[in-house]
Amino acid sequence: MLDTSFAGAAAPSALVDKLLEINWGLIFFLTLVACIGFAMLYSAAGGSFDPWAKAQMIRFVLGLAVLFIVAMIDPRVWMSLAYPAYGFALLLLIAVFLVGEIGGGARRWLDLGPVNLQPSELMKVTLILALARYFHGLTFARVSNPLFLVPAFLMMALPAALVIKQPDLGTGLLILGIGVGLIFLAGLQWRLILGSLAAAGAAVFAFGDWVWNSLLEEYQRNRILTLFNPELDPQGTGFHIIQAKIALGSGGIWGKGFMQGTQSHLDFLPERQTDFIFSMLAEEFGLMGCVFLMAVYLIILGYGVSIAISTRSHFTRLLAMGVTINFLFYIVINMAMVMGMIPVVGVPLPLVSYGGTAMIVLMFGFGLLMSAHVHRELEIPRAGALF
Amino acid sequence: MDSKDGLRGQVFTRRALILSGMGGLAFAGLAGRLYMLQVVNGEHYTRLAERNRIDERLLAPRRGTIYDRFGVELAINRQNYRLLLVPEATPDVDALLERLKGLVELTDGQLRRIQRDIARNTAFVPVTVAENLDWEVFAYLNANLLDFPGIQPDVGDTRVYPYPEVLSHVVGYVGLVSERDVAEHGETEAPELRIPGFRIGKEGIEAAFEEDLRGRAGQRHVEVNASGRLIREITRTPGESGEDLVLTIDFGLQKFAADRVKGESAAITVMDVHTGDLLALVSEPGFDSNLFNRGVPASVYRQWQNDPFNPLYNKATKGLFPPGSTFKMVVALAALESGLVGPNDTVWCRGRVELGVDSFHCWKREGHGTVNMHRSIKESCDIYYYEIARRVGIEKIADVAMRFGLGSDYGFVLPHTYAGTVPTPEFKRARKKGAWQQYDTLMTGIGQGYLQATPLQLAVMTARLVNGGREVNPRLVRAVGERLLEPPPAASLNADPRHLDIVLKAMNAVVNEPSGTALGSRLRGEGLSMGGKTGTAQVRKITLAERVTGVRKNEEMPWELRDHALFCGYGPIDAPRYAVSVVVEHGGGGSSTAAPIARDVLREALERDPARQPAFRPLARGLPAREGPDPERGQG
Repeated sequence: MLDTSFAGAAAPSALVDKLLEINWGLIFFLTLVACIGFAMLYSAAGGSFDPWAKAQMIRFVLGLAVLFIVAMIDPRVWMSLAYPAYGFALLLLIAVFLVGEIGGGARRWLDLGPVNLQPSELMKVTLILALARYFHGLTFARVSNPLFLVPAFLMMALPAALVIKQPDLGTGLLILGIGVGLIFLAGLQWRLILGSLAAAGAAVFAFGDWVWNSLLEEYQRNRILTLFNPELDPQGTGFHIIQAKIALGSGGIWGKGFMQGTQSHLDFLPERQTDFIFSMLAEEFGLMGCVFLMAVYLIILGYGVSIAISTRSHFTRLLAMGVTINFLFYIVINMAMVMGMIPVVGVPLPLVSYGGTAMIVLMFGFGLLMSAHVHRELEIPRAGALF
Repeated sequence: MDSKDGLRGQVFTRRALILSGMGGLAFAGLAGRLYMLQVVNGEHYTRLAERNRIDERLLAPRRGTIYDRFGVELAINRQNYRLLLVPEATPDVDALLERLKGLVELTDGQLRRIQRDIARNTAFVPVTVAENLDWEVFAYLNANLLDFPGIQPDVGDTRVYPYPEVLSHVVGYVGLVSERDVAEHGETEAPELRIPGFRIGKEGIEAAFEEDLRGRAGQRHVEVNASGRLIREITRTPGESGEDLVLTIDFGLQKFAADRVKGESAAITVMDVHTGDLLALVSEPGFDSNLFNRGVPASVYRQWQNDPFNPLYNKATKGLFPPGSTFKMVVALAALESGLVGPNDTVWCRGRVELGVDSFHCWKREGHGTVNMHRSIKESCDIYYYEIARRVGIEKIADVAMRFGLGSDYGFVLPHTYAGTVPTPEFKRARKKGAWQQYDTLMTGIGQGYLQATPLQLAVMTARLVNGGREVNPRLVRAVGERLLEPPPAASLNADPRHLDIVLKAMNAVVNEPSGTALGSRLRGEGLSMGGKTGTAQVRKITLAERVTGVRKNEEMPWELRDHALFCGYGPIDAPRYAVSVVVEHGGGGSSTAAPIARDVLREALERDPARQPAFRPLARGLPAREGPDPERGQG
């Protein structure tokens, strides 16, 4: 009791105190990445703030406001909201699934009047919250108990399956990655980890054919096939991969210069403002520009890991690390995709690619990370939810 | 609880660091891949990006102009005012076309073609709406472009023949490049053949001098985007214009001659007997060679093909006619050269002669009486030539005929120039027509039988007879670009001048002495005079029955059975300058039809004597004409 009251007193409570605890270094590097994005979007539009750069700036400012607000709120509030929010996101995913079934085609967006909502983005954040709360409430011993592992597994697998069926393989794998990462961080025993890896290998061996033929859509199969041999179909599916690699490779060490990318500006590069914006950066700023952006990303990831390690409660630790893993997956999958190392899965480059939902949700996630930092001295009891 | 929490905290920290390490490895992998793509293979991808970006396009060269000898333009490039339509810039294609209909002629077929082109191409590819617009319409559209969104006025080159009917066979025409042309000319040597809409010479001078006229394509490197749309021009290498050509043709004379035989199926050749320059090479009727440029309508083409006057056929170089009596000079010369017949040896003509089983007739039923060589030519006695042909033999006649230009195409410049036939026993055997008979020699002796010659050859024959027996060859081109082509010096044919003198005196008598067959076509006037020889070539065999009842007159027979009317002339008599040949297909008699035409054409030629007029020199490209002495030789 005494410990708790002491800890409670140490946690900042007044808004001003909390603002002083904001990690401005992290804010700076996030803004730096966003600015690289603005520059690239300006170039992608042929030297114009319209249609992308200006809208992206507005979103980023909006995202920053979200970040600050989220950071000021006590993690216990987020903990309390975790399950309802997760449930809400799951319902939306089911709604999208049903609309897609009725509409008879692929569907990712939920049209809510003026707002286009992408529930799979929402799901990533709420899954982090829900799993962090779940493992926060478990004793260490129970983490490796299959009885308590099954709910966690279901929390991750159910939305992943719905998203993959949308079909959005990329986001589905991201959700799986976040879930597996958090389970790993929660302390699943190594023998179980190795055991499940072996089981997964056996499953692929046994059901691989079935997954390939029945579960994957035609276009997903084509993407995977052309990844390994883009020249199979240089004018069709392979065209994007080939052109993205040409854009990237032709940048050389120093790049062709800002707004000088021929591949991007002559429309050879597909989706240059969204998924393939890294190819454009690589073309215009070369290896140096790419390494610079990757370094900034590494710094941000470093902030995430350091915040996660230094915060005192298990919920905030898992929350911070979940947000960081999500960010890492985004970066690695997008870059590997544009470099032709994995199939084109439709994952944007975080904070740089043009896109509304992704930007706000990411900044919301960084808000949670910042909240964990601001409230790092706060200790939350196992049953610490406010409601 | 604390220790438990501490344990899960320690595990978390350890595993967070493990994950960080994995993340770091992933970044290292990405960086390595970047290094591979951008540094190790960077040049490869740079090349690929450049190949993407840069497109090479060809610029059509300007085709050389064709002039007549005095600078009259016979084939030119006219600016072709045309309208292009860019579908993507056009809000409503149908409405736009409907509005254009009020200004330019658009048939339903053209509208269908336009819609088809639009459907076939990407939306930014311009589609031709109309070509060869009047300047007024074109200017109006240019001034009111805002009212016609999507319309692009464009100026291209189009080949135009200002006098298509008069020179259709000489100048020829151009047409779209066919796959066969590409194979023939070689694509690597002539990349311009692949330019869309490029046209090359298909007939006449346009085809014969294609390489000179065409020029070389320029190159343009342009930046294009992924869909092939032109973004900007990077470099432009101008091509080389084709060479201009100056023909030997005198357009004024050509036109005069063509007009003179309008309505007939005829060929007229006027040739300078010293240089071989062809001043006129007429084949009537002609055709509108401009139609070939745009595509001849099927109905017109069918009409040409069904026309008995065969307008597409160049009768001057491809028309094969029995020379008839115009061949008698050759036989006379052969007789003199053989030494078997003297100029004063006579033959008795009673209108016909029996040799073996065959009976041979003179055109004059009652006969000429005593005929020597001079009279035989002047009055064109057939019996005399049956007799001396029999004496001299076919070998000697064929030898003289070939030396004087029959049976040869002279390597002449026009495509499809026929060599005709100078029959010999070998020829007859080769054609599997049996052994040579005396009958064949006699028929050759009056220019019938297997003997065939073109109107061009008759002019060459005449020229070689009157120029002192020199081997002059016909030519059509005086200059290519700034390069004047000199006629090669004409070699001697080794004819005895005394023999030639006998023949020429007789040709003079044909026109200028009483009882000459062309006395009615005598040419009078200062410095004007003509000699020559008439010919009437029989097309059908006259039956014995007809000879009894009286040979039908030409006017009584259908056109295609009438005789060909021929005349070979020259002038002036004292210093021959021009040779003229006239062939009127199924035109009746040589003296009644052909000789008057030859007289009129020769008068025109003499009166237009180029020695009295400044000769045209081709312009140095881009420079004004040079002043200087007349480069022409031997005109005076």
